[in-house]
Amino acid sequence: MTDVSAPQTKKRTAFQALELDTRLLGMIGAFLLICIVFNVMTDGRFLTPRNIFNLTIQTVSVAIMATGMVFVIVTRHIDLAVGALLATCSAFMAMLQARYLPDLFGLGLGHSMIPWIAIAAGLLLGTLIGAFQGWLVGYLTIPAFIVTLGGLLVWRNVAWYQTSGQTIGPLDPTFMRFGGINGTLGETWSWVLGLAAVAWAIYAMWSARRAKLAHDFPVKPVWAEVTIGGIITAGILGFIGILNAYEIPSRRLERMFEARGEVMPEGFTAAYGLPISVLLLIAVAVVMTLVAQRTRLGRYIFATGGNPDAAELSGINTRMLTVKVFAIMGALCALSAVVASARLTNHSNDIGTLDELRVIAAAVIGGTALAGGIGTIYGAILGALIMQSLQSGMAMVGVDAPLQNIVVGTVLVAAVLIDTIYRKKTGGR
Amino acid sequence: MTPLCEMRDISIAFGGVRAVDGVSIHVNPGEVVGLLGHNGAGKSTLIKILSGAYKADSGEIYVEGQRVTITSPRDARRYNIETIYQTLALADNLDAASNLFLGRELTNWMGFVDDDRMEAETRKIMARLNPNFRKIKEPVSALSGGQRQSVAIARAVYFNAKILIMDEPTAALGVHETQMVADLIQELKKQGLGIFLISHDTREMLELCDRVSVMKNGRLIGTERVEDVTEDDILSMIIMGKKPDQAA
Ligand SMILES: Nc1ncnc2c1ncn2[C@@H]1O[C@H](COP(=O)(O)OP(=O)(O)O)[C@@H](O)[C@H]1O
Ligand SMILES: [Mg+2]
Repeated sequence: MTDVSAPQTKKRTAFQALELDTRLLGMIGAFLLICIVFNVMTDGRFLTPRNIFNLTIQTVSVAIMATGMVFVIVTRHIDLAVGALLATCSAFMAMLQARYLPDLFGLGLGHSMIPWIAIAAGLLLGTLIGAFQGWLVGYLTIPAFIVTLGGLLVWRNVAWYQTSGQTIGPLDPTFMRFGGINGTLGETWSWVLGLAAVAWAIYAMWSARRAKLAHDFPVKPVWAEVTIGGIITAGILGFIGILNAYEIPSRRLERMFEARGEVMPEGFTAAYGLPISVLLLIAVAVVMTLVAQRTRLGRYIFATGGNPDAAELSGINTRMLTVKVFAIMGALCALSAVVASARLTNHSNDIGTLDELRVIAAAVIGGTALAGGIGTIYGAILGALIMQSLQSGMAMVGVDAPLQNIVVGTVLVAAVLIDTIYRKKTGGR
Repeated sequence: MTPLCEMRDISIAFGGVRAVDGVSIHVNPGEVVGLLGHNGAGKSTLIKILSGAYKADSGEIYVEGQRVTITSPRDARRYNIETIYQTLALADNLDAASNLFLGRELTNWMGFVDDDRMEAETRKIMARLNPNFRKIKEPVSALSGGQRQSVAIARAVYFNAKILIMDEPTAALGVHETQMVADLIQELKKQGLGIFLISHDTREMLELCDRVSVMKNGRLIGTERVEDVTEDDILSMIIMGKKPDQAA
């Protein structure tokens, strides 16, 4: 038996010493390949700061929901209602801003509290609806497929009734800052945030290493840690640099100065920087990863997905766990509703249509196993990014809309096939 | 002497099947009580009532003389009743440490799970139970039957059990590992634990146990001290469902 010989003394290649996640590498490789191919096909228009900026803000809404879908699928459930729930939350928040708060509560249109009350109420509504669906699944043991298939019809049309099918807009200006281009941090703050992220990443690596050494666990060689730290630093600062390279068009800048009653100085330029919506996605990613890896809740989610009976015999309340997982999903749908409606600057009747499929596909392309127990937050976000790049790239190249969907569908199936083969080769992980 | 743990007149039915029908067993400190019987006799169901997996339709449970109600695995753990299930009850996608501490994770001052400390504790107990065990960080699906079994045993032993339930703990093991389990049982017995042991191997049971109870079709046929009976007596109880003195 090989595992009896001390593994630390085994000769390892330099690549193995980095202890990189090969699946993550594979996904990043696929993503880069897509980017390069489209860049060539569009004569360099795909990898411009402007297009990368647009790509990220288009990905946010689906990516936020995909992180929640990871938990749902890991616990062996599914949520087909996320797009419809997004619509219900979006309609509710739009009506709060445009009608309910001004008319019923007498807050003057444009009152500074309106967007915040709307967001808080929207998040609460999403969480409650999610928890209710989770209760139907966990306590009344109706299959999640059925509960959320019903939910898909119910919430899509609850949204319709709230607005009588009308488009509600424009939304509150502060609210719209969460949509993307209308709310960015600007150059300086983007750099500050990027550097803070680098500092935090290095501190996290350093303290993890120190904790391992304290327990006498094997650690990576120092050069490997430095290499990985360097890659992370380059990645973060490169991303900020690209976003900061996208400059606000001068006509738009002029209007911004005019609005403040000033005149734009000659030769003035400014960059958009990091969009608030992307910051929101990063925050969601960090929190969800912490929940998945560092909390009891996350541990129980994965244990229940791996073996529900074992989880139950270990004293885990798997029914309540189901309620919590769907409540998280609901809250994230509401958050995505903020981003999606703010990006469109209004609530329209068809908002979030087919998002359930995009979200599930993102999670699955990102390596979440429908059999349960396996999935990562970063994988789901990468999955969302890969899908959005494919879609945008094909649109730029001028591929017919029907063919675009054919390609995306094929990629989804192929991704799962590759993943299945990969898991068999690496021993069921 | 009050028994460490006593199950009195326990019954449970699934649909029409009376899986356990009026069974009483008990265990004293430092004693090993064996449960024998054919597949489907009701052994696993009986001990699952004690471990909180099932709720009895009727009957009473006493721990150190006190009447207790056990309606969930959490309750059982509170009374220091630990169980090694026949199915092992491991989450295959998690590593040994996560399985060992499942439901009772060690946390740091911020309330986050402390994986490093759990790994260190797991290394410690595995060094004692199965010194060859090295795959601490791999999902337990990558382990052999014997290694998985030692994770399940470690989980039951780690938390200072007073009453230990072992449902066919040696079924997946080779000769060497089976001997290790036998040694462990002797050691735990010396520490004063009460152990309910289920196995199909009658000879092994006569060696390890102080008393054996035989079940058939959900009913208790009888409980005998091992020095009072022969292997043939036990076999005839299992097969005929009669006590030796009743056998003609
Ligand atoms: N969860 C359950 N639902 C229905 N029937 C069950 C369940 N668990 C056990 N049984 C039935 O109870 C009887 C006893 O089973 P079990 O306790 O597993 O036997 P043993 O462990 O002695 O082999 C069997 O007839 C079995 O089919
Ligand atoms: Mg059994």
